[in-house]
Amino acid sequence: MTKLIKVSIDGLEVEVPDGTTILDAAKKAKKYIPTLCYHPDLKPTANCGLCVVEFENMDATKRACSTPAWEGMKVITNSNKLRKLRKSLLELILSNHDVACPTCDQNNKCELQDLANLFNVDDSIFPKILKKRPLDLDSFSIVRDSNKCISCGRCLIVCQEIQTVYALTEGGRGFDKVITTSFDKGMYDSPCVNCGQCTVYCPVGALREKNHKDFVWEALLDKSKYVVVQEAPAIRATLGEEFGMNPEEVTVGKMYAALHKLGFDRVFDTNFSADLTIMEEGTELITRIATGGTLPLITSCCPGWVSFMETYFPKRAENTSTCKSPQQMFGTLVKTYFAEKEKIDPANIVSVSIMPCTAKKFELARPEMKDSGYQDVDYVLTTREFIKMIKEAGIDFATLDEQKADNLMGAYTGAGTIFGATGGVMEAAIRTAYFVLVGKELDDLDIKAVRGMTGIKEATLTIPTKDFGEIKLNVVVAHGLSNARQVMEWVESGEKDYHFIEIMACPGGCVGGGGQPYGSSIADRARRGISLYKEDKDLPKRCSHQNPDVNKCYEDFLGKPNSEKAHKLLHTNYFERSKLNGEIIREITHKH
Amino acid sequence: MYEKIFEKYSPKKDNLIYILHDIQDQHPQHYISEDAVSEVSEYLRIPFSHIYGVLTFYTMYSTKPRGKNVIRLCESPPCFLKGSENVLRKLKKTLDVKINQTTKDGLFTLELCACLGVCGNAPVMMINDDVYGNLNDEKIDKIINKIRGEK
Repeated sequence: MTKLIKVSIDGLEVEVPDGTTILDAAKKAKKYIPTLCYHPDLKPTANCGLCVVEFENMDATKRACSTPAWEGMKVITNSNKLRKLRKSLLELILSNHDVACPTCDQNNKCELQDLANLFNVDDSIFPKILKKRPLDLDSFSIVRDSNKCISCGRCLIVCQEIQTVYALTEGGRGFDKVITTSFDKGMYDSPCVNCGQCTVYCPVGALREKNHKDFVWEALLDKSKYVVVQEAPAIRATLGEEFGMNPEEVTVGKMYAALHKLGFDRVFDTNFSADLTIMEEGTELITRIATGGTLPLITSCCPGWVSFMETYFPKRAENTSTCKSPQQMFGTLVKTYFAEKEKIDPANIVSVSIMPCTAKKFELARPEMKDSGYQDVDYVLTTREFIKMIKEAGIDFATLDEQKADNLMGAYTGAGTIFGATGGVMEAAIRTAYFVLVGKELDDLDIKAVRGMTGIKEATLTIPTKDFGEIKLNVVVAHGLSNARQVMEWVESGEKDYHFIEIMACPGGCVGGGGQPYGSSIADRARRGISLYKEDKDLPKRCSHQNPDVNKCYEDFLGKPNSEKAHKLLHTNYFERSKLNGEIIREITHKH
Repeated sequence: MYEKIFEKYSPKKDNLIYILHDIQDQHPQHYISEDAVSEVSEYLRIPFSHIYGVLTFYTMYSTKPRGKNVIRLCESPPCFLKGSENVLRKLKKTLDVKINQTTKDGLFTLELCACLGVCGNAPVMMINDDVYGNLNDEKIDKIINKIRGEK
């Protein structure tokens, strides 16, 4: 057991385990120490210096975020000297910051703005030393504004340690230090996988998504366009917290109502195509097991993971499911199945998706994603952009009457909704695979072993199949790309033997996606995941194969899962990408 | 392309600085190209972007082609107090370049650097591996002309 030490914070004695930082000890004593570069989810970088504290029994100042407490220490968290120091630090940071608050994406959610305001900081005390740098606009997903960057280093920790992508790095030093990409080439020419976790953790709006909101407005207000929308499962678990409602509430009915109010011609649901994905991917898994195909099978719903696999583990392309992501399946079907049914010219359809994700913006622009004969998905709005749209339209979200999604591609089951949380795709796939292999539903549909926020979750399932006796299925779920990397290393070295692997690029799965509200912490992500599992529990149908709209789509249009038509429209192939700049080197798997 | 250099050093991360030095010294234009970074990244299994960070942190490395002779003038306080500003003005005029530029004949690149550790002889500069101290206009003319003559 760790030794406990006694420390005094502003005269208040607390006991904390040895190794606790001064900041955490102060939290235990309910004493506030201002922080800026520090984030509870990330290793402290100790860059900003705002958390400096003094000591009664020692003449020194130390950074609370990164200094371990010691027995008998007497911390002073606030004094005239400290206030002056902190204020000067903020003034210095502002002298090298593009103070463009009204036009900033992170206005009112900016940690620097909050602190500057609290401390009554005057940003004219020091002369501006900011050397303006051009915006980095080339990426499909992420816009980088170095002029707002305060070099806190959070994005570096996320990009390098949590995601192990290494797109962002430090360049130069002293006044010339910038957070940049290799050889200053920009995000497009880096191995960035567009996960967008850097945008979630950036405290000041230096990293944000590429805006599609204006294009969507333009389409909505254009009478000649038929605008169809799909929303990812994670969105409904997030909107409540942003509109002052109970954050645990799943706001699906209000979400549909808001979309109808915004003027979308058809409001469908990505959960429908999540169920469809299970039908396709589940069938693929069963076929691979039955015919001795390549195993383990790895999920392909997450475009961040797909890019990561293509860049760092191209050999695993043959293991990755050929299924498109639910977003892309949906996009293809809107411009084929839906257009055919409703007799609408697909050329006039604008297909919009609302995603908790920045990588989806990259995915829609992949040149192979045109199986409908058109670009399958036209625009992706992140959760943040969608929230802005609702506010821009003056919709009072919390008081909206609940509505339903439109028919044809709007129905969903509990299996579709848990796609938004880590482990959800695995659980949904197992429910349907069990049904197909055994011939009856699982007794207990809750597969708790693959739920929760543990980075790598392993389980062995025993399935009494009707055709090949009892089989044991080794499954693993990883979220966060450093965990994905670990699992891939195990697979490549042969250390672990898996049959089925679910990977989501973002910690927590889609509920923790790069398009989710700024500052989403691990705790927020866990709560949203629990909300989705609760919605699943309360739904009358909880397995993808029970989805009436999916079954109808097969009957009327696709035939059966993995049919030739399904393969043509709903499946895809993969490329090898350069570790230096993400450029396509060659096609590895081919579409059949 | 860099096998000879890699042979000298085991693929340990600690060897990064030495390998980069060797690559830069071997290049006639005294710089480290993207291709070189890519090969080092493969050899040492260090992410490309980390190496870029190291390259730009240390002023002794360059990611852009430089002249045959790299002049690095100390801009630290002791040299400043002993007149490094005048030295800089003289160098800019003599060579007809700005800071971090290379002369048209490709012979010189002018750079600033942090303390070279010979403050007793301030103001100080280095040209490639040689240190020149107690600089004044006359001395600079002599040094530059000598190198130009060796061409």
